[in-house]
Amino acid sequence: MIRKLALTTTAVAAFCAGMATADVRIASVAELSGAGAAAGAVWHDGIKMAVEEINAAGGILGEQIDLVEYDSQTDPQNSRAMVQKAIDEETFVLLGTVYSSSTVVNMLVAQQNGVPQITGSESPTITAKGNPYIFRTAFGAQKGLPKLGSYIKNDLGASKVAVIWANTEFGKGGHDAFLSVAEAQGIEIVANIPTEQAQVDFAADVAKLKSSGAEAVFSYMTEEESARFLIEAAKQDLGLPIVGDTVVASQKVIDLAGEAANGVASHVGLTAEAPIPAIQEMAAKFQEKFGYGADHNAIKGYIGAYMIKYVTEKVGSFDRQAFADTLHGLCLNASEYPGVLMDVCWDDTGEMSRESFLVEVVDGQQKITKTLPAN
Amino acid sequence: MAEFLQILISGLSAGSIYALAAVGFTLLWQASQTINFAQGEFVMLPAFFVLVFTVKMGLPMSIAIVLALFLSVLLLGALFKKLIVEPMLSHGVLPLVIATIALGLLMKEMVKEFYSPLGQPFPGLFPHDVMSILGAKISVADFANFVIAMGTIIILQLFLSRTRTGRCMQATAQNPEVAKILGVDIKRMVMYTFLINGALAAIASVLITPIYLAKFSNGEVLGLVAFIAAIVGGFNQIRGALVGGLLIGVIDNLSAAYVSAEYRQAVPMLLLIFIIMVRPQGLLGTTEGRTV
Amino acid sequence: MSRKHLFFVILAIAVLILAPLGQKNYIIYVMCSWLMFSVAAMGLNLTLGYAGQVSLAQASFVGIGAYITSLITLAGYHWVLGWLAAMGATFVIGLILGYPALRVQHHFLAFVTLAFNTIVFLVFRNEEEITGGSFGLVGMPRPEFFGIQTMQQINFYYFTLVLFLISAFVFWWIVNSPWGRAFKALRENPIRAESLGVDTRRITLLAFGIGCAFGGGAGAIMAPLVQFIEPGSFSLIHSLKILLMVVVGGAGFFYGPMLGAAVVIILPEFLRFTEGYYLMIYAFLVIVLMVYSPNGLIGLGQKLMARLKPQQEVRKDMQKGAQL
Repeated sequence: MIRKLALTTTAVAAFCAGMATADVRIASVAELSGAGAAAGAVWHDGIKMAVEEINAAGGILGEQIDLVEYDSQTDPQNSRAMVQKAIDEETFVLLGTVYSSSTVVNMLVAQQNGVPQITGSESPTITAKGNPYIFRTAFGAQKGLPKLGSYIKNDLGASKVAVIWANTEFGKGGHDAFLSVAEAQGIEIVANIPTEQAQVDFAADVAKLKSSGAEAVFSYMTEEESARFLIEAAKQDLGLPIVGDTVVASQKVIDLAGEAANGVASHVGLTAEAPIPAIQEMAAKFQEKFGYGADHNAIKGYIGAYMIKYVTEKVGSFDRQAFADTLHGLCLNASEYPGVLMDVCWDDTGEMSRESFLVEVVDGQQKITKTLPAN
Repeated sequence: MAEFLQILISGLSAGSIYALAAVGFTLLWQASQTINFAQGEFVMLPAFFVLVFTVKMGLPMSIAIVLALFLSVLLLGALFKKLIVEPMLSHGVLPLVIATIALGLLMKEMVKEFYSPLGQPFPGLFPHDVMSILGAKISVADFANFVIAMGTIIILQLFLSRTRTGRCMQATAQNPEVAKILGVDIKRMVMYTFLINGALAAIASVLITPIYLAKFSNGEVLGLVAFIAAIVGGFNQIRGALVGGLLIGVIDNLSAAYVSAEYRQAVPMLLLIFIIMVRPQGLLGTTEGRTV
Repeated sequence: MSRKHLFFVILAIAVLILAPLGQKNYIIYVMCSWLMFSVAAMGLNLTLGYAGQVSLAQASFVGIGAYITSLITLAGYHWVLGWLAAMGATFVIGLILGYPALRVQHHFLAFVTLAFNTIVFLVFRNEEEITGGSFGLVGMPRPEFFGIQTMQQINFYYFTLVLFLISAFVFWWIVNSPWGRAFKALRENPIRAESLGVDTRRITLLAFGIGCAFGGGAGAIMAPLVQFIEPGSFSLIHSLKILLMVVVGGAGFFYGPMLGAAVVIILPEFLRFTEGYYLMIYAFLVIVLMVYSPNGLIGLGQKLMARLKPQQEVRKDMQKGAQL
């Protein structure tokens, strides 16, 4: 399928070759250093790979993409400055940032300047602010967590749940969203344990979970912290089902936690293990190119870059306002637009919907147990 | 009861590692008035030496650890002393503080750029079998870490008090001028201290990384904890760093469980301020002179 | 102030006024950021360079100032009120924090401030009802003066510049007042200063308090500049960054913090073409600078000047070099 696309676009490229082509500049503002480097650098590699594919296939409307990277250093203030810089340097569309704490700040600048911004952030607040220029590559936590809530209630049969979460902007978003889901679905929260960023010692937290009387644990932390938590939980023989969203069952956590990750169940928006040939093909190519496995951030970046191509070509010119207007309410299906990997729709707040999965870790492997419909 | 015991035991096992890092801190302070803000990164780095030798070069773990230990002594001990500390000794404390902050940043960035920005699994030296003591769980690895960390510190203490070289090192730390007059080769003694710090960092690194996972940012938290442990225990006593480390480990866990998870980091800080107010020389420190 | 110096100051101010003209928003934003950090670093310079005390909590004072200003302006009061409240509060908090620490000598103020910074960060993050928790506070209005809006980046730059000049003037006045001379006496030789009748503890405490108030003032600029504050911007690492500015520029020199802030904020910009390596190069340069010139860039400049001026001195150095 990609080859077919490549053929047609090569034809277009050949057609355009006669004309003088000015490059189109696209900015990637990402967490390339600092605490968020693990997420931002992978997201950026996903973008890089997609841009190389697009350029090799003739670019956008016959113009090559000039990808410029800006390092936010995982600092919201700096990310704001970098977005301003990217706009000064006349980027057509912005890609980034991944950390919600940065995106909520720098999206104000993009909005003031009318520049469409495609973000990897999943915090519910991003699309709730009425910003007409922000678009997601993965849906917000508030859409995924109700699916998880009903899994906890119906499949696990648990009515008392303990929550362990990272006390950061990211973790707080997930925590708040889960608490409102729990309330709506009649799940009682028996323990509520915040943890620090880069925390290494989870002994006290696990001991508290153990004596909380919970029937299941909802975990919402970043990769390394999730892994450390799982290792400690296995050591103390916690014996409760652990569920979470995306991160806790990601390949990175499985690699880090080893056997301790077995049995973890999670709702996952995007995963390299998804039973979808396009994603597996993309993941294999990514592994070969960068020497490490693609995760949800890599896929988000990859899709983000292709969104720019498809939407711009729908518009027919490099018009930022028309780009934003067209993307609102747009649906792209993967058979026609292979770069988005899965059928996807955006609503008029920039929020998106797409199928998602329930996974369980079995013998150090992600196993898809259920495919959940888009909502 | 089981919960409390669990927290106590886990706190001691975490604290023994903090003590190892804090002892290095104390040694450098005594030998050369160096406040090493890169101490956390010193403990982060040797694990990556091991990973380079095992994962990238395919060497067996035991050889990799020996090589990493050697490399740490060379780079974090000798080279650090020669290239950074020595030229700056006459400049006073502050420029060296800034230089070690920059050094920490440099080490973090290099690991991130040349190895990986992502956390890496790290093979444990000991089996993960779990024992149960009155309902509290402790793994063989935890127990071994505690024994090795304590053993290392005791051996170091014996070395300093029982051997001739060790006593010369103590003399240098207490009063360099007098030591010099008595014929002690001060420069060499100070160098020994740095080499020992390099070795301690490597030992701590190999012990904790299976639990912490190898990540470039691991030093940030650890460096701060070691620093606090050293001050609380007494900046001029090895015993002090030991007690400080264990105390911080236990207090951190107890406060997370029984005080407030949100403010768990504040409790060691308040302890630090309290100690400075009522006993500025630290719990086991002495007011007069500097003794190893 | 000598005539030559006065001429230099007027020229520098003229350059600062003309610099943003025709520049893009990003450059102006970086310049505002530089002026703001210069004010914070000036305060630390007073504590460190003139009173000889290490503070590792300057970012938390910037934070306290920024939160106070944000809360006051978000409640609908004018920014000036926030500014005054920010500086007043940070001054008082500085005194309360410094008093016990300065009872005991050595580096204990440094350790206490280090702990204080972490605690302040936790309070910002945990006291959600007031500070907005980890989500922070968003949308602080930019002030209006006599009908002139500062929403436009260039107007805001001039607003920041005026505050910067006021701070610099106050700083210059303090350093050259009898107080300032007492600070200097204290730094050069505390025992002698005491024997000459300088109440060292009171003077040091005052220097620390004023230094903290400068931090609060910088925070009052930061709130409307970034229009978003969150606890992470005031963590320990940022205090170390401000300390870096002072020492890299040259502690104890009037222009040191301004130069240092420029280096810390603008040098990474120049090194950005090296992509992943720029932080490494930056860290490496700082180490080299500290090894070669502990008095920072101004010290380095003086060293070079001294070496260039008298010809014979050069020859001596070369001789020494040959011997080595």
